[in-house]
Amino acid sequence: MTISIETVKRMATLARISLDGADISALQRDLDRVLALFAELESVNVDGVEPLFHPGDPSLTLRTDVVTEVDQRTQFQSLAAETSGDLYLVPKVLESTP
Amino acid sequence: MSALLSLLQALENKQITARELTQHAIERAQAQGALNALCTDSFTQANAQAEQIDAHGSAGQRLGGIPMAHKDLFCTQGVRTSCGSKMLREFVPPYSAHIVDTLAQAGAISIGKTNMDEFAMGSSNEFSDFGACINPWSPADDLRVPGGSSGGSAALVAARVLPFATASDTGGSIRQPAAFCGVTGIKPSYGRVSRFGMIAYASSLDQAGVIAESAQDCALVLQHMAGFDARDATCRDLPVPDYSAALNGSLRGLRIGVARFDQSGADAAVIDATRAALAQFEKLGAQLIDVEIPQQQAAIACYYVIAPCEASSNLSRFDGVRYGHRTPDAKSLQEHYEKTRAEGFGAEVKRRILIGCYALSSGYFDAYFLRAQKLRRLIAQSYAQLFQRVDLIATPTAPHLAPAMGAGVKDPIAQYLADVFTVGANLAGLPAMSVPCGFSNALPIGLQLIAPAFEECRLLAAAHQFQLHSDYHRARPPGVEAFAKGLGGQKP
Repeated sequence: MTISIETVKRMATLARISLDGADISALQRDLDRVLALFAELESVNVDGVEPLFHPGDPSLTLRTDVVTEVDQRTQFQSLAAETSGDLYLVPKVLESTP
Repeated sequence: MSALLSLLQALENKQITARELTQHAIERAQAQGALNALCTDSFTQANAQAEQIDAHGSAGQRLGGIPMAHKDLFCTQGVRTSCGSKMLREFVPPYSAHIVDTLAQAGAISIGKTNMDEFAMGSSNEFSDFGACINPWSPADDLRVPGGSSGGSAALVAARVLPFATASDTGGSIRQPAAFCGVTGIKPSYGRVSRFGMIAYASSLDQAGVIAESAQDCALVLQHMAGFDARDATCRDLPVPDYSAALNGSLRGLRIGVARFDQSGADAAVIDATRAALAQFEKLGAQLIDVEIPQQQAAIACYYVIAPCEASSNLSRFDGVRYGHRTPDAKSLQEHYEKTRAEGFGAEVKRRILIGCYALSSGYFDAYFLRAQKLRRLIAQSYAQLFQRVDLIATPTAPHLAPAMGAGVKDPIAQYLADVFTVGANLAGLPAMSVPCGFSNALPIGLQLIAPAFEECRLLAAAHQFQLHSDYHRARPPGVEAFAKGLGGQKP
């Protein structure tokens, strides 16, 4: 199976990573080789097998239903590049209508 | 006596102070700066902590006054935690990881953070924003990688800069660098150690552990890492046994399953050293039983589907909004995300995120992600069946010696295949160790031991008994002196 340039670009869009032309060609070659590696999955019959998403005991430990977190908003927001009051700022999303 | 025990005894007998010991480690770290193994130092905080211990004593602190370092993916409050990435180059966490807290409570003194492959993705430590870390065993004219992703931790212990360092293992990232650097490393069972505050790569595979000179020292440190923590939902609420007390278990009658590794493509020298080590186990009373690990090759495919899928999801949090790198000049939100992530992530991280996106995307989810998780159940079941016949499984840790610097960057996909012996334990959540077992061309070789889930005692005891009858773990790279050399009249 071969991965097309368009597929690499689509994955990059899904992953929100901009790529230049050289990156795209290199990743196309790499993904092709990775897919060849993935072909090994076909060598084992998994019909009727339940997937295992986590090893070990899947049961969750329950805790008492009380608030344990304290308000650290100021401290956490100090890590951000741009904030205003209790908001995180990002570039404008909506274009102003003419 | 082990390196760590002799230091603890010297501290207890007041032959040295915690301040002297910490300063000694700092000086050794500075002298070995060319290894590029320590990427951020916390010398000032370390000295202050040591002075506190000297002033107030370390009663009840089993590691009181021992210098060490944390892999740079464990959050350390007030000390930069970059995960080897430009994305987090300026990130100073407002809190510490669970194991950072528990080790500090035990009196261990962190002198800094260890270099690693970016976001723990890599097995050569070449994919780091800080540049590659160097294997202390490298011949002068032939630089070798220390392995990865915990390359900095393994290199620092091998160069006797520190008696131990924390590490993490998603597909072999503790064991493989331990093998390449001639030191001992343990990846505990999934659920044995809390990952709270450990930056996630692949959450169903990641585990925190330790790299030290010997199994005895790993046991001492693991004691202060293992145990329940409600902040990690996968952490199991089970009693923690006394690991050091379990070390003296005899090997007599221990059944070791020896996987067929002669046709695995491993180097002849690796096969010979593994066989010699197993012969030593047999001499000590263990029984060797030929076994076959089913789906060993398919396990690599399984791992390289699941880990990138989980990574692509975990790393979506790096959006340049709340913390981490942010592109300065984006005109729209879409451009903000795309440029921030393009600038912040390195080549290997981008590769794995894209692989994960592909395997999770519509039309491929069943063929790759779901199929890999089904195969994972078969692999876990195979191990469970094997452990009805044997007590431990032995393989080489890595099929090759430490590669030359640059090979991993040149052909990263070829590197994936070298994880053939290590990924199985992560997929099945089993504890595993790498123990030094020989040399070829003056480069170390590691033996891997795998145990049933939560049988760390069995693993550590077997490794310790082997080390009582072998010297490979005591060997030091050329020109490197024992940690205690030149310290408070300690013998090397």
